[in-house]
Amino acid sequence: MRLEPREHSSLLLRAVVPFGSAVVALLACSVLILWADASPVQAFFLFIKGSVGSKFALSETLARTIPLIFTGLAVAVAFKAKLWNIGAEGQLYGGACMATWLGTGMIDLPGWLMLPLLFAAGALLGGLLLLGPTLLKTWLAVDEVVTTLLLNFIILLFVNYLVFGPWKDPMAMGWPQAAPMVDTALLSTLLAKTRLHMGLIWAFGASVLLWLFMRFTTWGYQIRAVGYNAGASRFAGIPVNPVVVRTALISGGLAGCAGVSELCGLKGYLTLDLSPGFGYSGIVVAMLAGLHPLGVVVAAFFVAMLSIGADSMSRALNISNYIADVATAVSLLAVLVSMLLVRYRIRWK
Amino acid sequence: MPDQTPFLHISKITKKFGSVFACDSVTLQLQQGEILALLGENGAGKTTLMNILFGHYVADSGSISIGGKELTPGSPRRALKVGLGMVHQHFSLADNMSVLDNITLGTESMFGLWRKSGEARQKINKLINTYELDVDPRSIVKNLSVGQRQRVEILKALYRDSRILILDEPTAVLTPQEAEHLFATLRLLVDKGLAIIFITHKLREVMAVSDRCLVLRHGKVSYESRTRDTDVDTLAREMVGGEVPVVEQLPTSPGKKVLSLEGVGVKNSDGYSLLHDVSLELRGGEIIGIAGVSGNGQSHLADLISGLLSADKGSFELLGEAVVSPTPMGMLKRGVGRIPEDRTGTGLVGDMNVQENLILENYWTKKVSHFGLLKADFMRKNAKDIMEQYDVRCGGEDLPVRLMSGGNMQKLILGRVLSEEPSVIMANQPTWGLDVGAAAFVHSRLIRASRDGVGIIIISEDLDELFKVADVIQVMYKGTLSPPVRPADTDAREMGLAMSGHLEVFASTVAEAHHEA
Repeated sequence: MRLEPREHSSLLLRAVVPFGSAVVALLACSVLILWADASPVQAFFLFIKGSVGSKFALSETLARTIPLIFTGLAVAVAFKAKLWNIGAEGQLYGGACMATWLGTGMIDLPGWLMLPLLFAAGALLGGLLLLGPTLLKTWLAVDEVVTTLLLNFIILLFVNYLVFGPWKDPMAMGWPQAAPMVDTALLSTLLAKTRLHMGLIWAFGASVLLWLFMRFTTWGYQIRAVGYNAGASRFAGIPVNPVVVRTALISGGLAGCAGVSELCGLKGYLTLDLSPGFGYSGIVVAMLAGLHPLGVVVAAFFVAMLSIGADSMSRALNISNYIADVATAVSLLAVLVSMLLVRYRIRWK
Repeated sequence: MPDQTPFLHISKITKKFGSVFACDSVTLQLQQGEILALLGENGAGKTTLMNILFGHYVADSGSISIGGKELTPGSPRRALKVGLGMVHQHFSLADNMSVLDNITLGTESMFGLWRKSGEARQKINKLINTYELDVDPRSIVKNLSVGQRQRVEILKALYRDSRILILDEPTAVLTPQEAEHLFATLRLLVDKGLAIIFITHKLREVMAVSDRCLVLRHGKVSYESRTRDTDVDTLAREMVGGEVPVVEQLPTSPGKKVLSLEGVGVKNSDGYSLLHDVSLELRGGEIIGIAGVSGNGQSHLADLISGLLSADKGSFELLGEAVVSPTPMGMLKRGVGRIPEDRTGTGLVGDMNVQENLILENYWTKKVSHFGLLKADFMRKNAKDIMEQYDVRCGGEDLPVRLMSGGNMQKLILGRVLSEEPSVIMANQPTWGLDVGAAAFVHSRLIRASRDGVGIIIISEDLDELFKVADVIQVMYKGTLSPPVRPADTDAREMGLAMSGHLEVFASTVAEAHHEA
């Protein structure tokens, strides 16, 4: 069996196939639902209803989409430069910590100034957290997969220390959480009586900006060239290492924004359950999107739908909501295989 | 001696990749005691045919028989068993093992506790004596010359009782003298009853060594003849499928000095010396050819002038100014155009399209970008212009370059370099792997540029190429560069001596050449 490159594959095919195969993967998951003694038809009905079937369901899904867009973009831009950032989770918490530090009474500015400041500050710390592993990679060829992954646990334990120790809110009746954000630091709701907040606009704006950046600027051009062929880039005089470092700052910064937006839009105070692994899901989102910044929006919505829909379904049918994780994993695998098959065809013999 | 039924009979082999016929009803016959030269340009189907013969591919139709017996398709093991042996262009030897070990490697039983080295040694010594393959079975491979290594490869095949020996571009790594030696060996081998297929694109060698020749073009056998009934011109025409493009020679009038190296040495980061003593003086309007067997430091010289390596002794001047710590960008800014050896690895970004690849070296200039924004109009127009001027034929400026042919890729790089109007061009193996038409195009554009005043350095392992285009040739051997010599003042024999380390052969001719220039 051999893989033969296809000479041409249309953009439509490349866009439709990943989502088609994700749907196929979901159908494959019905086996698990059957195994759990539930009816797949009913399960999928509940799944759709629970994720997009009502104004409330849709608002929940969209609210979940926001952090996934940010982390998806963070991963997409890094992967585009072949910088394997597995540390978006930690960078997200870094951004949230920065916002907490500034936004719980230290400074108070009008909202139109406060929020951009918090996003900028959060992005800065997120970027700096990825800077260390990146410099180790460019100087000493230390594998960034290991360093960024392990840094997640260090950061998480540090946040643990903060919310149990110096930042613990005395008014929180013993719960490990930091003081609430000041009112001007909160993102306003987008839709009355739901949890959907302005972060959606920020996230969407970020993806459009990133797309324009990658497509039309010399910096974006450098990132793509370095990612596709570092050797040719070096030969052509592109400063490869500085470009990778710059990419790291952008990537970490976007992941930091995910933390700020969750903190200021949804939770209102720093806790340890700020993110149920958005940083890691960001990898799934970016891969599903084929690392395309606009594709990230769609992929983030899809992954959000999976988790919100599965939550709702599992509550209604009383089956484990781990089915969402399985569905996400299976659809990622299916999409990766299908994307391989869009580029290559299988030849037997 | 040859009997009437062919020993190897390849009959109507057809193999399609997608919609392209790699082999289209190819029939080939080979007698014992015969050397057949297999000719063809890149992509003519030679490699595919050999892969089918060795069982790596299965043909769509057709059959192969050896000694009257049909060969099982798709079984490399069977192919070796019936006596097919291959000597690849790039040797597959373990450098740190002895010749004996290299030859017996893989032939011994996996379950035997003791090696039968006594028997093996006897057999090898017998082969060495019979075929006059001058090599000591006890020596370690890394201490051998390239010619000797090739003999080890031949011994490896003979040790496995090969009756048909296939040599793929065997002279690419040899000096002319070593090639002569190889030809003598081949003659001896066929005299003792072996059959040989000799794959090459060097026509003079075909005439020198083969009994019969067969030309493949676009997967078809386009010509077949006894060597003594044909000539070089006919073969060239049949290979190209038309008249061979003639590269116009223009008179040269070297101008002022544009680049000079004097006693330059380069070490790598481990302190290992890559270049010992390199001196050259390039004038505008002049083409210097750097000859040498591959791996003698030519690529390091290219890297030095491309700005990837820096000299740690000697002086390096460009347009009258010393080059202190060179970078690729610095060299570009100072007017050095670079054509790298590896088109897909360092020359182009395969996943980017034509437009994007053409601005790889100047995306930061005012004409391509403004305040960090790329000028889309310029990029498209630039791509269209260069594709037209340099005769790049492909699916348009939005096509990823990885889908293009080697010739088109090289024309893109050439266009990218020349459109920046450099004062120096460093071209490393500019026609490697190109078909004759594309190679002639590259040559004529480089000559034209040089006659417009550009100083050009061409590195090549192909002496014919250098004799064709270079005004002056210098030979590189183990990181040292010989004095310059004019092609008219030397010949292949002298070049061969220099390429095997006798750089002093040019010492006498140097002075004259320089005075006249």
